Amino acid sequence: MSLYTRRILTNRIGIALSMIAMAFGLAALMWILWTLFYNGFSALSWDFFTQDTPAPGSEGGGLRNAIVGSLMIIGVTTLVSTPIGILAGIYLAEFGTTSRFAATTRFVTDIMLSAPSIVVGLFVYALVVATLGGFSGWAGSLALSLIAIPVVVRTTENMLLLVPTALREAAFAVGAPRWQVSLKVTLRAVKAGVVTGVLLAIARITGETAPLLFTALNNQFYSTDMSQPMGNLPVVIYQFAMSPYDNWVSLAWGGALLIALLVLAINIIARVLFRKKSSA
Amino acid sequence: MSEVAPPVDLHASQVRKFKIQDMLFHQVTLVFAFIVLAALAGILVSLAIEAMPALKQFGVAFLWTDVWSVPDDEFGALSAIYGTVVTSVIALLIAVPISFGIALFLTETCPVWLRRPLGMAIELLAGVPSIIYGIWGLFVFAPLFAEHVQPHLQTALGDVPVIGGWFAGPPIGIGILTAGIVLSLMVIPFVASVMRDVFETVPAPLKESAYGVGCTTWEVVVNVVLPYTRVGVIGGIMLGLGRALGETMAVTFVIGNANRIVGSLFAPGTSIASTLANEFGEADPGLHISSLFALGLVLFIITFIVLAISRWLIQRGVAKQGK
Repeated sequence: MSLYTRRILTNRIGIALSMIAMAFGLAALMWILWTLFYNGFSALSWDFFTQDTPAPGSEGGGLRNAIVGSLMIIGVTTLVSTPIGILAGIYLAEFGTTSRFAATTRFVTDIMLSAPSIVVGLFVYALVVATLGGFSGWAGSLALSLIAIPVVVRTTENMLLLVPTALREAAFAVGAPRWQVSLKVTLRAVKAGVVTGVLLAIARITGETAPLLFTALNNQFYSTDMSQPMGNLPVVIYQFAMSPYDNWVSLAWGGALLIALLVLAINIIARVLFRKKSSA
Repeated sequence: MSEVAPPVDLHASQVRKFKIQDMLFHQVTLVFAFIVLAALAGILVSLAIEAMPALKQFGVAFLWTDVWSVPDDEFGALSAIYGTVVTSVIALLIAVPISFGIALFLTETCPVWLRRPLGMAIELLAGVPSIIYGIWGLFVFAPLFAEHVQPHLQTALGDVPVIGGWFAGPPIGIGILTAGIVLSLMVIPFVASVMRDVFETVPAPLKESAYGVGCTTWEVVVNVVLPYTRVGVIGGIMLGLGRALGETMAVTFVIGNANRIVGSLFAPGTSIASTLANEFGEADPGLHISSLFALGLVLFIITFIVLAISRWLIQRGVAKQGK
């Protein structure tokens, strides 16, 4: 075999393998989504949304308490982490371009983006659950906030850094104080990007299970009291999927489908929103 | 940019008001940035405090003791560390070549109109919550794996010396190998996106010169793109490793949760995160719960180091772009 044919052959094999890798990635996504739809759709019904989680051994049931609990925990988390994340992001972008404190904070947020979420659960357990005596929805929200905040901080900072300096200088030149320039000019200019960051943070925490295991715990009954243990979708899916009851396993699939659809929808909305704004 | 002269017609009091407001704004944003920093310090400190009783009792030997017995109050981290490391290594062995292929395809051979949708599909795969991977692994992948793959692996490789032992034991589908494979699916999107991003930093003239002297695509990637992006690629792999080490749900469902070390990869095992998920809720106060905190501390320190190295490498890899 001549050198030339060997080189062409190596190239063909390499490219073919890379295409197989791509096909493998797509096939994995399709396979997972397909099984989710296949097993989850049959669980979705009117009862699924209107009844509470069934007792062991009883028939039927739904996930109403878990859905409501998840929505409340995620809602509180969003309300808490959005302002904190945006303000910290403003600090990093507007005041902290050179300081060592800002560099450390940036480093820490990057680590927290990928830190094991179960450790965050342990931390909140030690900080809140063990000291204040009890699992609660608030503790769950606190744990999720610690995961959501770094996402918001980093996207806010990255977006603000994209704002042209000329825009800031123009605002300064007409005499605007710094806080007005930050809030009314630069932040407004990157509104879509910041909203994208918040949406991605919500998508991230919607499926988080590990931090809720020892904080919000679970609640078999319908409850809107955030100071009590609270039912939530991820923990219910975890417990029900491992259980020996058929209707529990089926509910777990339904819950998993619900979460996956929600997360994918938020992800897609965030991307479309961001692309529309950034290309305009 | 920071020094701005006030317009002449502005009253001095107005200027003073703005100055005070600006100082307040600066301080308020600083406090919030500090909260983020304090959270990490708080995690480290609180884990260390809670882990103290166990660390006092067992000393550093906690790290290499292979006992985990709740009735005897004897705890050692070795079996959990073993499971964590082995599943992560399996995950990377599978994920790295596939991610490399995906990144190569997306940056070199993929038609331009397909790049965006395919890249987005990979990013969506990264967004799928880990509990979905777990439930899929338990109900769909593990049974198929036990029936169609494990017996063949056993007949093909079971008699090979040294590695034969890895495939011994009953093919039950659940175990360390399955956990590693499910983890690899989780990690692929992260590694692939970082690799794609650093591949895109290679200056076009560099690649064009190589193509110009007659290199094939494969030769350009291996001899130009890879050496140029080496640092960033390793950073991406470390990011995947950091993710794999700390993953809880995808592993807990399929690893089997047995606190022991067995040579076979078919055997059930445990990882740090899955031990925490399984036992923490019902742990008794005292040594058991303290040992679990110690496990959490070990996991946090390991992932912290891996992620810190990864971040440093990725930044160095991307910083090249400006030069």
